[in-house]
Amino acid sequence: MSLALRQSPGNVFANGKLHKSVPWLLLGGSWVALALVFALLNAGGAVKDFNIVAALFLGTVLFDVLIVVVSRIVEGGRKAVDRLITSLVVTAFVIAVLPLVSLLYTVLADGLARFDAAFFSYSMRGVISVGGGALHALIGTLEITLFAALMAVPIGLLTSIYLVEYGRGPLARGITFFVDVMTGIPSIVAGLFAYSLFALFLGPGARFGLVGSVALAVLMIPIVVRSTEEVLKIVPMELREASYALGVPKWLTIIKVVLPTSLAGITTGVMLAIARVIGETAPLLVTAGFTTSMNYDLFKNPMMTLPVFAYTQYSQQGANPVPFVDRAWTAALVLILIVMVLNLLARFITRLFAPKLSR
Amino acid sequence: MTTAPAHPGSPTTPKPKAVVRVGDRVFSAASVISGGLILVVLALVAAFLVWQSIPAFSAKVGELPNQAANFWDYVGPLVFGTVWSALLALVMAVPLSIGIALFISHFAPRRIAPVLGYVIDLLAAVPSVVYGLWGIVVLARFVQPFYSFLNEYLGWFPLFSGQISGTGRTILTASIVLAVMAIPIMTAVMREIFLQAPTLNEEAALALGATRWEMIRLSVLPFAKSGIVSAIMLGLGRALGETMAIALVLSVSTNVTFQLLTSLNPSTIAANIALQFAEASGTALNALIASGLILFVITLVINMLARYIVRKRVS
Amino acid sequence: MSKRIEVDGLNVYYSKFKAVEGVDMTIEPRTVTAFIGPSGCGKSTFLRTLNRMHEVIPGAYVEGSVKVDGDDLYAPGVDPVIVRRQVGMVFQRPNPFPTMSIKDNVLAGVKLNNKRISKSEADDIVERSLQGANLWNEVKDRLDKPGMGLSGGQQQRLCIARAIAVQPDVLLMDEPCSALDPISTLAIEDLIEELKKEFTIVIVTHNMQQASRVSDKTAFFNIAGTGAPGKLIEFDDTATMFSNPSVQATEDYVSGRFG
Repeated sequence: MSLALRQSPGNVFANGKLHKSVPWLLLGGSWVALALVFALLNAGGAVKDFNIVAALFLGTVLFDVLIVVVSRIVEGGRKAVDRLITSLVVTAFVIAVLPLVSLLYTVLADGLARFDAAFFSYSMRGVISVGGGALHALIGTLEITLFAALMAVPIGLLTSIYLVEYGRGPLARGITFFVDVMTGIPSIVAGLFAYSLFALFLGPGARFGLVGSVALAVLMIPIVVRSTEEVLKIVPMELREASYALGVPKWLTIIKVVLPTSLAGITTGVMLAIARVIGETAPLLVTAGFTTSMNYDLFKNPMMTLPVFAYTQYSQQGANPVPFVDRAWTAALVLILIVMVLNLLARFITRLFAPKLSR
Repeated sequence: MTTAPAHPGSPTTPKPKAVVRVGDRVFSAASVISGGLILVVLALVAAFLVWQSIPAFSAKVGELPNQAANFWDYVGPLVFGTVWSALLALVMAVPLSIGIALFISHFAPRRIAPVLGYVIDLLAAVPSVVYGLWGIVVLARFVQPFYSFLNEYLGWFPLFSGQISGTGRTILTASIVLAVMAIPIMTAVMREIFLQAPTLNEEAALALGATRWEMIRLSVLPFAKSGIVSAIMLGLGRALGETMAIALVLSVSTNVTFQLLTSLNPSTIAANIALQFAEASGTALNALIASGLILFVITLVINMLARYIVRKRVS
Repeated sequence: MSKRIEVDGLNVYYSKFKAVEGVDMTIEPRTVTAFIGPSGCGKSTFLRTLNRMHEVIPGAYVEGSVKVDGDDLYAPGVDPVIVRRQVGMVFQRPNPFPTMSIKDNVLAGVKLNNKRISKSEADDIVERSLQGANLWNEVKDRLDKPGMGLSGGQQQRLCIARAIAVQPDVLLMDEPCSALDPISTLAIEDLIEELKKEFTIVIVTHNMQQASRVSDKTAFFNIAGTGAPGKLIEFDDTATMFSNPSVQATEDYVSGRFG
């Protein structure tokens, strides 16, 4: 098979061109070549076990070198560089997807072991090895996150309303700037703040659910403000003006016209904010603390949460590590499922209500 | 402005006053207060952290963990570990992010590009504790043979020297996890920017006879320069503040070293707090909070720098 | 340097939609040909097939052939990159590269193929191209200043300089004056008179008076209705097209009865 294609000899616009299949053949060939190399090394005892990932990676490197050389000869230097870049960006994408695939596969495979009814109906009270469940953690996560949302959503919503509908001067600029800054607070610092706040009034060692909620609220507020602001800005000015023209006061216009129009976007923003903080471990470690028993009271005693549960199960294994590791993975699986459901719901709501708003 | 002379006997019409409704007053007050609350919260964060940290700054020998002579002795290695791991993560993540963003914006078929973007965004949805579990159970075991190889054959190179870790729980592994966590954030921002490159300039490049890469080099990358920088700062902020991935994956010590493959790794501020907080008390507790304050300041500076760069470009 | 273009039975498709149908025309070297017609009649689309720029839109393809001095642009094995090097284009809105100086803008196309050119060679090319675009005297003292700092008319002439710096055989111009003021428009029209001594020029224009001022031959495109493909209705000397066209539709268009 000829590599160069010159169908119309003498066509001044034609150039050597690699046949479409050439890159794929070179890629496959490189992979096979490296696999053989590793198999030989393996047989010769130089490498411990046949390493397919190394073979694929080095094979891709070999492919990059080959394609540049071959393309340069047939098609010219500029096209060779173009092909190399194409290979590099595709490789970059594949490299990014690999951890995702590996992670999701591991969570699914290892998490299913304890994905049973017991996991969702028992706490860890009195459990030293097998058995037990994460009910206390689930309830804890639910209560703490909901309460955090209860605090963060009104504040965030009202702030974004201020920024979009009222604020014009230095106060608005200051608020916008600091909301931006707030988005960058490390989650553990938010936890430390909540801890410090309550330690001021109750002394050190104050560990209960509400403290965790405050920490999560600090993390949620900037997300809610940002996303609500986006949605409110999209509401056309004409809508507000039509309302004013009818004699409706500003505050009623906001409540009855602007908010309902952007309700879908606001809901989506809130759900995404919840999805973001529901998996936070660090702030809850230092605030809501750790317990093995059920606790429904946000205002008294430490409260377990799902991410902290996953963490402590893994980091504080008993004599027999297997049940602890199993429970940790199942907690991870449940967490990912919750986050995915929230994300999908948010997407679904956006799509459901999007057509109603004409651009 | 001239005023008509008032005729004696005829009353001057009073200027009409705008009617201010109670509802409007209440509502606008509520929204201002909420906005102001943000400022108050931030001020409080700073204030409380400072307040709780003060005892640590003036602590003497023996009061601080790790036999540190003073606070800076204590927090120095932690700052090193934080910055070093974040830097390692960025070295890996930035080229990958640029490549991925370019792939999605200019190389992938238009119809599946949004799906590919969504796949990368999935990486951002995974909670950090799950990344930590994956890091210690899967990734560390996976990379350990490669570390062995590097240590054995390239051990003369300072980064690869030292006593090889048997579990793979090194700072390099932790940085890889950080890189995976930073990629989706940076890619999302860069993707947006690359898509906004003016089509007119792209067509101008193509009309001159440029290949796809040359067009990107001529019209997309120069346009996206500051966007790329701000994306990097965002990723840096994320990497600096990440706790759980490091707390789970890293085999920590108080060592300050550049060695990548050993089990004596410098810890990071965030991971240190997570690991020590439960048992800490007294000055040690203050020291932890003080280190958190330092972390807050560092991420604040990075964040403000990123915003400044973005604003400079827009103006 | 300038070449003859022969278009034979060209159909242009955007995926399944036929945008332009059955174009046959021959354009002689060193002439200016104008494409006129109402909006949406396919003249810009057809223009873009002359340097394969229509392929920027995914799913666009052609049937038929376009031969430049005998070489078919659409023969198998043809590299669009090389085609665009030989057939240059100037766009409706001036688009100098914003981050580059005037000098770098002019050299942008040249540097793609010759990465290493000596400074004196580069300076020669810059001066020659800017002279050719009637811009040299206005910018010769600020070649290192950003290209975006010029006025609209100057920017467009900069784009023309950039296009001719690579010494193409054909220069395509897609409504080059529609974003410019009348004075700049006149300057560009004078420039076209100069340029045709060296290049084959094809210009799409909405402005009939411009077409009659500037071109040697004119092609009139029309469209039967929305959704129908555009067609070449008549192609003749400009003087004839505007005073005594053969087809009634042409007569209607040039006298302003529609479009």
